[in-house]
Amino acid sequence: MFLRPIHFIPHDTKIDFVAKRWWAFSMTILLVIITIGALAVKGLNFGIDFKGGILIETKAPQSIDISALRTQLETLSLGEVALQEFGAPNDVLIRIQRQAGDETAQMKAIQDVRDKLSTTYEYRRVEVVGPTVGAELLRAGILATVFAILAIALYVGLRFEWQFGLAALIATLHDVFVTVGLYAVLQLDFNLTAIAALLTLAGYSINDTVVVFDRIRETLRRQKATDLRVIINDAVNQTLSRTMMTASTTLLALLPLVFLGGQTLINFSLALTWGILVGTYSSIYVAAALLIYMPPLRRIEITRVPAKVEG
Amino acid sequence: MVYLERWKVILIATICVLGVLYAAPNVIGAKAVSWLQRTMPAAFPSQTVNLGLDLRGGSHLLLEVAVDTVIDERMQGLVDQTRTELRGARIGYTDLGLSSGSVHFNLTDPAQADKAKQVVHDMDNELDVSVTGGDFSLKMSEANIVERKRAAMDQSIEIVRRRIDETGTREPSIQREGDDRILVQLPGVDDPERIKNLLGQTAKLTFRLVDETASIPEAQAGHLSAATELLPSAETQGQFLVVQKRVMVSGDTLVDAQPSFQNGEPVVSFKFDSVGGRRFGEATRTNVGHLFAIVLDNKIISAPVIREPILGGAGVIEGHFTTQSAQDLALLLRAGALPAPIKILEERTVGPGLGADSIKAGATASLIGLALVVVFFIFAYGLFGIFGTIALMFNIALVFAILSILQATLTLPGIAGIVLAIATALDANVLVFERIREELRLGRSPISAIDAGYSRALSAIIDANMTTLIAAILLYIFGSGPVKGFAVTLTIGIITSIFSAVMVTRLIVVWWLRATKPKTIPI
Repeated sequence: MFLRPIHFIPHDTKIDFVAKRWWAFSMTILLVIITIGALAVKGLNFGIDFKGGILIETKAPQSIDISALRTQLETLSLGEVALQEFGAPNDVLIRIQRQAGDETAQMKAIQDVRDKLSTTYEYRRVEVVGPTVGAELLRAGILATVFAILAIALYVGLRFEWQFGLAALIATLHDVFVTVGLYAVLQLDFNLTAIAALLTLAGYSINDTVVVFDRIRETLRRQKATDLRVIINDAVNQTLSRTMMTASTTLLALLPLVFLGGQTLINFSLALTWGILVGTYSSIYVAAALLIYMPPLRRIEITRVPAKVEG
Repeated sequence: MVYLERWKVILIATICVLGVLYAAPNVIGAKAVSWLQRTMPAAFPSQTVNLGLDLRGGSHLLLEVAVDTVIDERMQGLVDQTRTELRGARIGYTDLGLSSGSVHFNLTDPAQADKAKQVVHDMDNELDVSVTGGDFSLKMSEANIVERKRAAMDQSIEIVRRRIDETGTREPSIQREGDDRILVQLPGVDDPERIKNLLGQTAKLTFRLVDETASIPEAQAGHLSAATELLPSAETQGQFLVVQKRVMVSGDTLVDAQPSFQNGEPVVSFKFDSVGGRRFGEATRTNVGHLFAIVLDNKIISAPVIREPILGGAGVIEGHFTTQSAQDLALLLRAGALPAPIKILEERTVGPGLGADSIKAGATASLIGLALVVVFFIFAYGLFGIFGTIALMFNIALVFAILSILQATLTLPGIAGIVLAIATALDANVLVFERIREELRLGRSPISAIDAGYSRALSAIIDANMTTLIAAILLYIFGSGPVKGFAVTLTIGIITSIFSAVMVTRLIVVWWLRATKPKTIPI
């Protein structure tokens, strides 16, 4: 018995991606402008990981009267206190701004809150981050992202040619930047997990780009005379089925995390979902299209032998 | 490509079997695992994945040891010592004090410079001494400073460990982080208040005489002799006593401390070692009728009158304790004083309820995701989709096997990492399968198409995964806490993915080809 496979994407697509690049460029510019605008107007909603402060997730046996709780906490004069109901009406997320002074002040504040709240409250999660650690974590996070993108671009540059590396760098920066934009627009908590999401999508996006580049490289080696635009179009069309399959499977794996993964994972999976959409798009329209403006050299004489057959 | 050498087949199969074997303890339940550990030899796989605090519940504390205070104290001590020694040697000096990390003084008679040098050398021969005329400047050498800080860190970690052990916390993990930090992880602790409290105290205990002649208002105005200081009461706000700086007996000579009761009041009883006991006896014998202050971290716990010499080397501390505070003080005294104060930089506590919910949510979401992906994959590639799925199962087993063997910590973001690695594993299969389809369309025979599919897709698979691997490794290096957990599973996942897609799927395909010798390929 044979299972009959379904070809979701026809194999003989002849979409002229290169000709449509102006639409794509406008789209990209629009996304970048929205991101810049959101960053300028709203800014990022830094979580306590980077800003320092206190986060408490509590569960009460009965539903919580948010405004009563607010009045209760305000008597402690801890500055800005944000209460957020999530999930059930007896679950509340309490965020308290970073207290003036050093770590001792933060620790005292959390003690005060515990003393104030009824003993029936269950403390499901308590996070206290002092100012020193917050600043360090932000620095480390930015460094990780920057180094990762540079290292990846360098790898692509070395394995392929510098033009590919540069195009991959720009495409990845685009994806990361636009995803930072998503955090700004939706005012999602920008914390350590957000950095993980950015790096993951950088990895995914470049992965996608590399597959398209790999095909362009292969075609460049084999066909001497063809126009670069045709080669790029062919490569994108030939890998389109794979691009869509992988994007679909990854999204299928991620979507349950968005809906069922709980408070901690929701932002992460949401950002990744967006990142995969953007990353898929940018591999075709940013990375591949950029090659038109910096054509790679054709080293046919060196690489006439096709990719070495192993085993 | 289609032909696989025998040793390769054996290697792939062995790795898969070992993977399943080492992953198995994670699914057979805790009872079966403990049975395995009891009955099987130690080499037999019985370790399970180490769950992070976010999944099992617990408290994570990042401490900073103010190691610089050790150096500051040493320098301050040096000033006092220099004063005493120079006076003893009858060397006149002016302007003795600390400035920018070194001790300075001026000889009134520069002719005594050689004599002063000798005094300083006898005091501490590891000091860097620079002399210009009668101007002296004493500094600790860089190596000495580093050594002292290191020693202070080692001791701090030891004391932190003892204090936490004394509270009865199970399986605490106490690790050094960087130069001056300690990472404490306390599984199962959902209210770390008591431990934070215990760690927040230096617990330096001293017994000193009270200067009963000094007037407290005068002292508060700043008129104090250099040998005394004004200390607050630990008990009553706004109450002060003037005490001698000279320490008669210090807490480091204690050998035991226990909470007990005296006249129905909680007290802390203590025992000195022989040196401490002798000093304590001597101090109480010569000062009968005077006030003896018991000072903890520069606060006076109590200052009883010495009624008679206490020669037994044991005593009690009274101080309006509650049962809990007497217990805590006894614990602190038993565990010893920290060489430098500790600050808590970060606390992350997850209650057991949330931990369990997170596991459930993470596991449910991952399983649903996995099911969706597999169904989609089989729809898309038919029989080959099933081959890929089988390889994927081995892949997941391998990830858990490696996590169990390395005893790496699985966190909630770590679960996300596994999900992502699954996607990567499938991508490698997709690359190969799509390539096989293309090669078939070009008119190749089944075997040659499969052969070309694998060899031509390989460069894309390697390059694509290398880039993700680079990101994962940098994430591990720069990330902290939850992010590290994500990086670990992603890294392991990528490596096993390449193995499963390139090796395991291929092995299955090769067997299938040999067994059925198909004319066409259902892909």
